[in-house]
Order: sequence, then C-alpha cells, then structure tokens
Amino acid sequence: MTRIGCRFARLRQAGERGLIAYLTAGDPGLTRTPALVDALERGGADLIELGVPFSDPIADGPVIQRASERALRAGATLPAILGTVREIRRHSEIPLVIFSYLNPILRYGFSRFAADAAAAGADGALLTDLSVEEADPFVAEMRRHGLDTIFLAAPTSTPRRLELVARYSTGFIYLVSRTGVTGEQESLSDSLLPLIARTRALTSLPLAVGFGISRPEHLAELAPLAEAAVVGSAFMRLIEQHQASPDLEERLEKFGAELKAGFSRALHQK
Amino acid sequence: MLSAAELMGPDSRGHFGPYGGRFVPEALMAPLEELERAYHEAQQDPGFVAEFQELLRHYAGRPTPLYFARRLTERLGGARIYLKREDLLHTGAHKINNCLGQALLARRMGKRRIIAETGAGQHGVATATVGALFGFRTMVYMGEEDMRRQRLNVFRMRLLGAEVVPVHAGSRTLKDAISEAMRDWVTNVADTHYLLGSALGAHPYPRMVRDFQRVIGLEARAQILEREGRLPDLLLACVGGGSNSIGLFYPFLQDESVEMVGVEAGGRGAVLGQHAARFSGGSPGVLHGAQSYLLQDADGQVAATHSVSAGLDYALVGPEHAWLHDCGRAHYVSADDSEALDAARLLSRLEGIVPALESAHAVAECLRRAPGAAGRIFLVNLSGRGDKDMDIFRDNLPDLDRPERAGS
Repeated sequence: MTRIGCRFARLRQAGERGLIAYLTAGDPGLTRTPALVDALERGGADLIELGVPFSDPIADGPVIQRASERALRAGATLPAILGTVREIRRHSEIPLVIFSYLNPILRYGFSRFAADAAAAGADGALLTDLSVEEADPFVAEMRRHGLDTIFLAAPTSTPRRLELVARYSTGFIYLVSRTGVTGEQESLSDSLLPLIARTRALTSLPLAVGFGISRPEHLAELAPLAEAAVVGSAFMRLIEQHQASPDLEERLEKFGAELKAGFSRALHQK
Repeated sequence: MLSAAELMGPDSRGHFGPYGGRFVPEALMAPLEELERAYHEAQQDPGFVAEFQELLRHYAGRPTPLYFARRLTERLGGARIYLKREDLLHTGAHKINNCLGQALLARRMGKRRIIAETGAGQHGVATATVGALFGFRTMVYMGEEDMRRQRLNVFRMRLLGAEVVPVHAGSRTLKDAISEAMRDWVTNVADTHYLLGSALGAHPYPRMVRDFQRVIGLEARAQILEREGRLPDLLLACVGGGSNSIGLFYPFLQDESVEMVGVEAGGRGAVLGQHAARFSGGSPGVLHGAQSYLLQDADGQVAATHSVSAGLDYALVGPEHAWLHDCGRAHYVSADDSEALDAARLLSRLEGIVPALESAHAVAECLRRAPGAAGRIFLVNLSGRGDKDMDIFRDNLPDLDRPERAGS
C-alpha cells in the first residue's frame, strides 16, 4: 500500500475526512513549492496533488490557467518538479500525487516517469486527459513501480465507463462534482449525489470529490458523502493574490484549517 | 504494402495505426460516445444522406469545377495542371462541406446551440452561416490576436448572427480558441454541439470531418476520369489540421498509381516556433484529444507556430495524415511564407484566380514540381479563395500598393 492507502485507512479509523490540496508546482516558483506544501500540511491537508503545468490546460478554469502560465514562465518542467518531490520527501511523509496532462508525461516516457516518480517519493499520478481506454501502457508501468493510478469519474460517465474507472483506479477515485472546468462555485451540484451512489456500488475505494469545492460549507456538505474533498482553485487564487507577501504560507495554512474545520463541524454535529 | 483495410482507418476506437484515439477529460467521454452513435446512425439513414447531398448541391454550390489551368500549365512547361475549385463554394472555402454535415447532425441530436473555434475566420464564417441557416444559437471562439488580424471576418460572423468570443489565454491564436471551445463544450454539453472545423480532435471528429469532406476527392476523381480518361499522377493539397487534403486524398487511397503530397506551412524558417511543419519539426504527442505529430519542446509543452496563413498555423497535424505519412502512402513537404505569397501572385496574374494563402502553399509545391514533369497530370486542391487575405497580401506585397499616379 502507498502512503495514500495508509492515510485513508488512518482517516477511516479516526472517523475523519481527508482534505486534498491541489497546488500547481512552480507557482510562483519551484523554490517556493516545498514551503507551500508544508504550510498546507500544517493547515491539515492529508494529501497533496502536485500539478505539472501544461501549455494547453483544456480542463482548467481561468485561475489554474493563469497559475500554469506563471509556473511555465518560472521554468517548472517535469524533471524539476520531480526534484521538488524529492526535496519535500526529505522532511515530510504527506502523500503526493502528480497531477498532469498526458503530453508532458508521454514525452518524458511512461517507464522513465514511473521509475523516477517512485524514486523521488511520489505515491501516484492522475493524468487528466488519459481516458481508461487508452491507459493500459501507463497503468502497467505505474504498477511495476508500486504507484497508484487515480482516474476521474464524471456525472456524465456511463455505467460501462464508471466500471472501467473503478477497475483502473487505485488509492482513491476522483469524482468530478459537475460537468465543466475547474474553478470555485456557490454550491455543490445536484449531479453529485447520483454519481457517488453509482460509484459506491462498484468499488470500496475511497472517493474524493473535486471541481468547485472552495468553502468550509462545501466540505461540511460533503462530510457524510465522501472520504475526501479536493480544493484547488481556491488555494491557487490565494497564491495568485498573495505571492509577493511574506505571510502567504500563513494564509494557506489558515485557509486549509478553516476548510478542514468544515468537515469536523459536520461530523461532530451528527 | 498494407492492405486497404489497414490503410483506411480508423478502427472502432478511432485509431489510425498508433494515432488518433480519444484523449479528453472524463466529462467529455460520454458526449463523444453520444456523438459517435448519432453519427453512425445518421450515416445509415438515407434521409440524412439525401438532405446533406441536397444542401451541398443547392446551398453550397456543388459540384465544384475541375478547371484545367492552361496558362499556368504553359508557363511551367511540364505537367498538365488541374485545379479543384473549392474556392467557388458558398462562404469561399471547403469548410462549408463539413459545417453542413455537422449542422444536420446537431439538429438530429436535438442541440440548440453550436460552438466553434476559428483561426483565420473561414471556419467561423462557415459555422455562423449554418448557424443562421438552421436557427442555432452560435458562438465562435477566436484568439484575440487572430481577431485583430481578421477584422473583416469577425464582422462577417456577427452580421450572420453569431457571437464572436475573444480568447485571451496562451498565444491568443487557434490552439487557444480550440481549448476554450472544449471548455465551453464540457460545461454546456447538454444543449451544445461542438462544430470542430478540421480533421482533428478526439474520435469521432477526424473520421467524421473526413467523411463530410471526401466529396472533394469523389468529385475530382470522376471529373478527371471524364476529362483525361485516366487518373492523375499527383494530388497536391495544403495541410493545416488537414481536412481539405484528407477530403481530396481519401477517395484515391486505393489507387496505387496516384501519388499524394500534403504541403505544410514552412513559415519563416525551420526554427521551432517559426513554422507549422509538424512532420519535419515535430514528434508524436497528444493535443486536443488526439495523438499525432506535434510541435513541442523537450518537456512536452506545445510549441508556438507561425504561418502567414492562419488556417495552417496549428501545432498538431490531423491523425490520419500521421498514419498515411508513416505508411508512406502520402508524402509531406512544406512551403514557406514567401513561396506561398509568390504562388498566390502568380496564380492571380496567370489564371485570374486569387487563392487563399492556405491553398497557395499547395500551388507553391506545384510550381516546384511541374516543370520537370511533362506528360504527367497534377491535381491541386484550391481549398479557398483569397478575399479574406487582402490585408495580409497588402502588408506583404507593398509594391502593389503605391498611391495612384495623378491622372492615371
């Protein structure tokens, strides 16, 4: 089992829910990334998705698009990001998932990526635009190196596709709360409940819900429904607004703790 | 030599050999499956096919002529040169063929809204045209930079009732417009059809667009047999995404004697970022849903491209071309900006036909090959007309733009 499985087991035992924080690696600069990860961990994040910036992020809304552009300008390449993973691993055991579009990984080579990601201390990867139909060669390499492969399920996923997603995923399954791109929203989408129910029927893996999750109330709503929530754009907006300020880390930690409190409030009310 | 079945893809999952496929976020998989199903059913429906043929004939203006370019042939002194006149179609380019097909399909699927990307504006204009014809709400995404370069087409789309949305992200050109259209589609998929304009993107688009465009090759094949009593020796077409070229090539794939050459944009030169020659400067990669030859850097980031013709200015070539290239069935070369401009000028002077700058790339390759090819027949696809390019011609041919002399 990777650190991901261990973390979800521990959360289950404690009756808690997990906060997954997405961070575009290299925004505002790769030298800053380890300290931002540490801040999120102090704030209560249970798992970090480390985003590899891509020139054409078709699944992302404006906030993460801008983060990707800044990170690319700052020189955040895949080899450099794997170096950052190694650096984080020197002092932290937080589960790390590499979150990328397919092409940078394809270019690097699946076999080389799996070997280097494992050696650096990553625990798994999610490739946004790699569909399960095309995933065999990638999954085989990741398994060889003991890494998890996480796939997306969406409200529009057909039963056949959902079954494939459940079969190819390890660690957890990432449920997209709504059809659309990443970004903050007012309230959770109605299409989420049926998706959770359909996925539960197919797997015992933990379910993490993402896209549009940005406030403590959202996590409170999710607490009885899913094992974890993914927050990305809300963190990246903080980074965008406060990147030059000395208290950026403090702000991330504080916001992480507020989000996490949304979970505990809901769980302890029960 | 591969069998015809192996050569003539795609397989059931949209693969042309190792290329093509379906590489999109999960939320788009179901809509693509729905589109594939609807397209498959429509193809079997004689009513759909008949309505498509009817529109091609009476609305778009098909069949287009196959014109023997006598003065060009005489000037070059070699091959006999025929031009397939897609430039004479309604809206000025082959793009309307695909737009009519997809609009019929969108109506059949019950969609009320269509969206599209556009570079030079030709596909945007064709989409706005079918949007008006079918009463769809139409939204066209266009890079801010392209909107500046193609102001007249922006106005034309608005005149046709479409909303043109500027794209500020990335390089503000065609690839960013496609990304933005995909984001719109994933968000509004219930009532929206994405009318992709070239033989690109995730399955079933490359196949569907080719099928709607193969009328070019079917007509040309029959016309040349009637005129010359034999097949041509060489087909020439420009390749951006590759829809006009695959439309011409496809019906000839099994005619082994017919050579096919696709002409990419050589831009300003061979340095990455200065051209759109994917076969000489690219390597296999994935962009916007398909695997094919891609201009990219060492880290797998999509490279910037340049061409004087916006329609060829894109980093990925259509996946079926990648397969034909690897199989050796078609060959790919490039013509640079100045060769295309020169070819456009020559064709205008000799034949009275101003080609689109995209199509001028195919003409440029014809100028290179024809002189030594006596006894051979060349068929060049003139995919669009040059009216849309007047501002670019003026910028690049300043000697034609001197103020009038008094009294003349």
